[in-house]
Amino acid sequence: MSQQEALFTYCLRQADDLLILSHRLSEWCGHGPVLEEDIALTNRALDHIGEARNLLTYAGLVEGKGRTEDDLAFLRAERQFVNTKLVEQPNGDYAFTIVRSFLFDAYHLPLAEALTKSSDAQLAAIAGKAVKEAQYHLRHSSDWLKRFGDGTEESHRRAQAALDGMWTFTGELFVQDDLHQGLVKAGVAPDLIAIKASFDAAIDNVLAEATLKRPVDGFMASGGRQGKHGENMGFILAEMQYLQRAYPGAKW
Amino acid sequence: MSNNPNNWPLWEIFIQSKRGLEHKHVGSLHAADPQMAIENARDVYTRRQEGQSIWVVPAGAISSSQPEDAAMLFDPADDKTYRHPTFYTMPEGAKYI
Repeated sequence: MSQQEALFTYCLRQADDLLILSHRLSEWCGHGPVLEEDIALTNRALDHIGEARNLLTYAGLVEGKGRTEDDLAFLRAERQFVNTKLVEQPNGDYAFTIVRSFLFDAYHLPLAEALTKSSDAQLAAIAGKAVKEAQYHLRHSSDWLKRFGDGTEESHRRAQAALDGMWTFTGELFVQDDLHQGLVKAGVAPDLIAIKASFDAAIDNVLAEATLKRPVDGFMASGGRQGKHGENMGFILAEMQYLQRAYPGAKW
Repeated sequence: MSNNPNNWPLWEIFIQSKRGLEHKHVGSLHAADPQMAIENARDVYTRRQEGQSIWVVPAGAISSSQPEDAAMLFDPADDKTYRHPTFYTMPEGAKYI
């Protein structure tokens, strides 16, 4: 695999994480528990889409086959998406949604900070913009997790259940395959061991305040990065891609 | 005020658009405490670059004048021109005093 193909795939991995997560968050639009959180979640979704757009546009450029951000977002098939399984997980109750975002935010912030030093100027620029958004996202999801954990008996129970249920999807975030390691050597991508250290520190910090138990590492789900997704993915894409596939080339 | 303990209190939100200017009242929202009120205000009232500083005040802390008293409170100032600095020339370039 050439350096160019590796960079293309790396951009897609990050973009797909953000795109699929933003789609999940958009499912809350109009259904949020309170007005302010409805807006907070959809704001988040828009932040994620913004970064995904930058990454997809750059990916299309790197690939050099004339694919636009829309082509990549709406015309790829399930096996061609390379997001992790974490972001596909259903919204569940509000604790599930917050925990899913919290786990992603604790990974995404140190990742974005590290990427601002990437040897690839465009990735560094995209990350520079994402860092401020990521700081707020982590603050928002951390605050909610602390309120749930250190809240009522019911909120604590639901938060712990969400954490326990979602923990198996955290391993995939930090797997460094040959493609990734090649990019680390080129200074393009950061070493995920350092990112995991920041992730662990943030998790431990917040869980302690939330009086929640950090789940024990067990079996870790994988396959998302290779295009092998769970049963959720088909439904997500059916909704997300419906318009472009039913009316190809449609414009606003 | 409802007696339901699950209701979050109401907060009035003030946004300052530029340093040095006044915080303007932009609306209200519900939140459990000041920290959440500030985050909610950031999400609800600063989406379009409305400002760079947020004040949140519990609605109950604000007392207001009664509309019935408006005539008594404000009409007497109508015909007292000597209270206005109309004979003062504004310095050049001064936009806000």
